[in-house]
Amino acid sequence: MKPIYLDHSATTPVRQEVLEAMLPYFSETFGNASSIHRFGQSAKKALEDAREAVAACLGAKAKEIYFTGGGTEGDNLAIKGVAHANRKKGKRLITSQIEHHAVLNSCKFLEGEGYEVTYLPVDRFGIVEPAVLEDAIRPDTTLVTIMLANNETGTIEPLAEIAEITKERGVLLHTDAVQALGKIPVDVEELGVDLLTLSGHKIYAPKGIGALYVRSGSRFDPIIHGGHHEGHRRAGTENVASIVGLAKAVQLATGEIPCVAPRLAALRDRLERGIREKIAHVHLNGPPERRLPNVLNMSFAFIEGESLLLNLDMRGIAVSTGSACTSGTLEPSHVLAAMGVEPSLAQGSLRFSLGRDNTEEEMDFVVESLIEIVQRLRQMSPLYAQEAGGVES
Amino acid sequence: MALDGYSEKVMDYFTNPRNIGVIDNADGVGLVGNPVCGDIMKLFIKVEDGRIVDAKFQTFGCAAAIASSSIVTEMVKGKTVEEALEISNRAVTEALGGLPARKRHCSVLAEEALQAAVLDYREKVGRKT
Repeated sequence: MKPIYLDHSATTPVRQEVLEAMLPYFSETFGNASSIHRFGQSAKKALEDAREAVAACLGAKAKEIYFTGGGTEGDNLAIKGVAHANRKKGKRLITSQIEHHAVLNSCKFLEGEGYEVTYLPVDRFGIVEPAVLEDAIRPDTTLVTIMLANNETGTIEPLAEIAEITKERGVLLHTDAVQALGKIPVDVEELGVDLLTLSGHKIYAPKGIGALYVRSGSRFDPIIHGGHHEGHRRAGTENVASIVGLAKAVQLATGEIPCVAPRLAALRDRLERGIREKIAHVHLNGPPERRLPNVLNMSFAFIEGESLLLNLDMRGIAVSTGSACTSGTLEPSHVLAAMGVEPSLAQGSLRFSLGRDNTEEEMDFVVESLIEIVQRLRQMSPLYAQEAGGVES
Repeated sequence: MALDGYSEKVMDYFTNPRNIGVIDNADGVGLVGNPVCGDIMKLFIKVEDGRIVDAKFQTFGCAAAIASSSIVTEMVKGKTVEEALEISNRAVTEALGGLPARKRHCSVLAEEALQAAVLDYREKVGRKT
């Protein structure tokens, strides 16, 4: 059987249509978009067409789109850029405890520069309570950054409600929409956000390309200094081929939501139902309803995630885990911890993230494989022996 | 196939662990670790005339933890309890053909589980005499 990839929240393959759109820009149309000769101008046209296309998909204006080297750079640029440009107004930021490390560590960096950051708690589903956020805003708060959808659980945050608060209080609002794009509608006007990060490789474009939307009139400083590229906000010769690929991928991903999202949700539900029906002691991490259609995060009690992951991998099934053993920090997922998931359950968490090529047969095979693996690992677990009332010393 | 920096021997002991299970009426039982940092090991030993004649384990943990606890059960068999106490985490790591740096604590845990089992044995013997 062909390997089963269920780690689309980590990355996706480049789609054929995207690859084909990109190919001419490696060789035929290779010019530097800053050059004024015809080679440069054809690259420049591709660049600006791509900017128009991305903007149109997000309900934004072309001049509000800045191409970046990916989601992490977009988050860094948004957070450090806004914090630095508005430091005279204040040095206070608000984020949540469940953000991606690109956001959390940008905030930590700013704390080192004397900024103060509030890390908002979340409820057991991973949702930020808008009223709690409102209480945290001070006169010197310049930026609120809350992700649109969480990368581990798929939890969708109430961004539109949060935007009403930030707008009223005159605070800029940034959102990391890297996981949400292409799964749920992302329109900057409907969401009411001032800055929005997106990434190519989560939506079948290449790695190393992304974009940051910044609402006209919002002040932000560059973090990379050099030439005049991207309106002096992001120096460096534009990666035209990848930018063209990103634009194509954004168009496809956002346009296909009406048919792809329900299909992914049905597959995800089939997987979840299969696991719940056939395996005891499993827990859903995240909200049953308000989550991305392609993400399922479940904890398998009494066993540890890396063991599960490696056993699945040996059967050709690729997933990821919130276990400490794979984080490199010896601590389980900060997202699950913030949600109040107990440590032993967080250690036994798996994230299944589906993509456009997954099938029902694959979901069924994953369930069958899990039944055997979970049973085998539980048989060797001292925690399971305790639970089952097994031999005690 | 070496997954995630694991040696072939680690993957072998992970996929086909030796001596899984419990020993009924074990002479010594060691339970170490906690779920916060990821691993819990329970080691059972059977001792006759001061010599370990059987050892079994149960582990909640990653591949390195399972492999470490499995191989330590093999290493102790036939050894006197004194000799068993000499088995270091380094010896466990070497027997596995090495462990990635971030997984060395798993071999430490195996050493601690063994020591806890021997201490438990000595306490039980002490109580009897």
